[in-house]
Amino acid sequence: MKKEYNIAIFSIEVILIILACFVVFPIVLIFINSFKTNGEILTNMVSLPENISIINYVEAVSRMDFPRKFLNTVAISVFSVAGIILFASMAAYKIIRVKSKVSSVIYYGILFTMAIPFQVLMVPVVIVAREMHIVNTMQGMIFMYWGFLLPMALFLYCGFIKGVPRDLEEAAMIDGCGQFRAFFYVVFPILKPITATVAIINILGVFNDFMLPLVMISSEKLKTIQLSMSVFYGTYVNRWDLIMAALVLSILPALVFFLLFQKQIIKGMADGAVKG
Amino acid sequence: MLRNKGSLKTKNWLVYAVFVGPAVLLCILFIFLPLVIGVYYSLRDWNGISVSSNFVGIQNYVKALTDDKFIGTIGFTLKYAVVMVIGYNVFGLALAMILNMKLKLRGILRAVYFMPIVIGTSTVGYLWNFIIGTFLPFIGKTFGIGFFERNWLAYPETAFLSLVIVSLWQGTGYYMIIYLAGLQSVPSDLLEAAQIDGAGLKDRFFKIIFPLIRPSVTVCLFLSIVNSLKSFDLNYSLTSGGPYGTTQTIAYRIFLDAFDADQLSYASAEAVIFSLIVGVIAIIQVKASRKKEVEM
Repeated sequence: MKKEYNIAIFSIEVILIILACFVVFPIVLIFINSFKTNGEILTNMVSLPENISIINYVEAVSRMDFPRKFLNTVAISVFSVAGIILFASMAAYKIIRVKSKVSSVIYYGILFTMAIPFQVLMVPVVIVAREMHIVNTMQGMIFMYWGFLLPMALFLYCGFIKGVPRDLEEAAMIDGCGQFRAFFYVVFPILKPITATVAIINILGVFNDFMLPLVMISSEKLKTIQLSMSVFYGTYVNRWDLIMAALVLSILPALVFFLLFQKQIIKGMADGAVKG
Repeated sequence: MLRNKGSLKTKNWLVYAVFVGPAVLLCILFIFLPLVIGVYYSLRDWNGISVSSNFVGIQNYVKALTDDKFIGTIGFTLKYAVVMVIGYNVFGLALAMILNMKLKLRGILRAVYFMPIVIGTSTVGYLWNFIIGTFLPFIGKTFGIGFFERNWLAYPETAFLSLVIVSLWQGTGYYMIIYLAGLQSVPSDLLEAAQIDGAGLKDRFFKIIFPLIRPSVTVCLFLSIVNSLKSFDLNYSLTSGGPYGTTQTIAYRIFLDAFDADQLSYASAEAVIFSLIVGVIAIIQVKASRKKEVEM
């Protein structure tokens, strides 16, 4: 449809721009209100703030202990994703390269688990975690993400590795490279595109996850941003000034991440969906 | 090093185990084992705290399937899923088709529509809880718009509508980009040729575009069905399952029974029923779309 830019397309574009304004409106609204005093918010929610004051942010940051919550969330996301990438790529490599009954049993076994919603495992997995004494710990959360998010990652890696020729790794091994070195120095770098996809999907998934922290974490100092936000909203009822600032703080990291890696994120999410 | 064939084989298996072992172990520990434990406890009467529990057979299942509250959540979840699947796919595909045209701001528009998906769903729920529960009534009272004056979240029908709107606000962009990826593989000269031959917009859509983006349709249908059935975060943060428990999804009910009401065994039975529902619906969908794809 290589039509010229005409009046019809222009009107469609205008409608889309209006729609886009509606999409960003809620975020802009809380951003504007986050600079107002509580009284100002209650009397006028639409006007611009009378004077720009960051006092709400100062108070919200300290009451929420935001730096700590942010670091918790980042640490959990980074370690989870690093582990998923490592374990999934290694396993997928051997499952595809070594054609055997064992490989296909493992492949289909893990594939089957992709159909199980987390909500089903939510209850018994806490029982397992209690037995392992990893309830209410960071490492417990990380181990669990490794388990839950691995099947999808493994599936994506398997699909990709099928298309990677054996020549390079075989040449490396003939040159005296061990199997581990051949994998980490030769194969793993080739997997970079799919690694990026796996990383993007899972970083956002873990960073924004709410359910697992909700059932696993009870001590205040281990909470993630999402979980703190939930507690904060329930605690500071009617303190809209603080809630506005807290909302902006919770949204900001993901938004900045999105603005920085917009292209990769959109591509990664689309690829992950289509290939998964 | 290892000259003899037998030990070479052993060595290869050891290497294999090191590569594959961690993944297998993680899946067994956090997926298969909990699955078995879940089924095990669903047949007992454990509250999650006491030391002992007794075998009660299918009593929990009978109780769940005759519990009006649980049946109600199944009904609500299915209703929500149907509305969301239609909403996500209709709006997602429509936006994708429009954004596939040569618009001046198409890059920015695409990014804006996609953006809400990167925000955590629970935070989205609190953000909209303010918008719908506080901001809109304020606007309604200030400007005398009766439609907005009452709190939408306090009445079952409008609470459901709120849930649908917020879900669409957040999720549509995701389906849009999957459809966009599909649409970009439709050759534009094919469409031009059809247009020259006199094919109208409707024919071009149903006879050319739709069959060619069938794989995207399958993916989007599958994802939207599974994601809507699993919905939890928004129900927790936006409506808290209310008013009067009318917006509780199955997942939310399981959570409440397990961790609020301390009925672990009962919640496990509900979870097993839930996984069967999701599984059956997913299988039907996959089978149905396979059949359609073959027909093409």
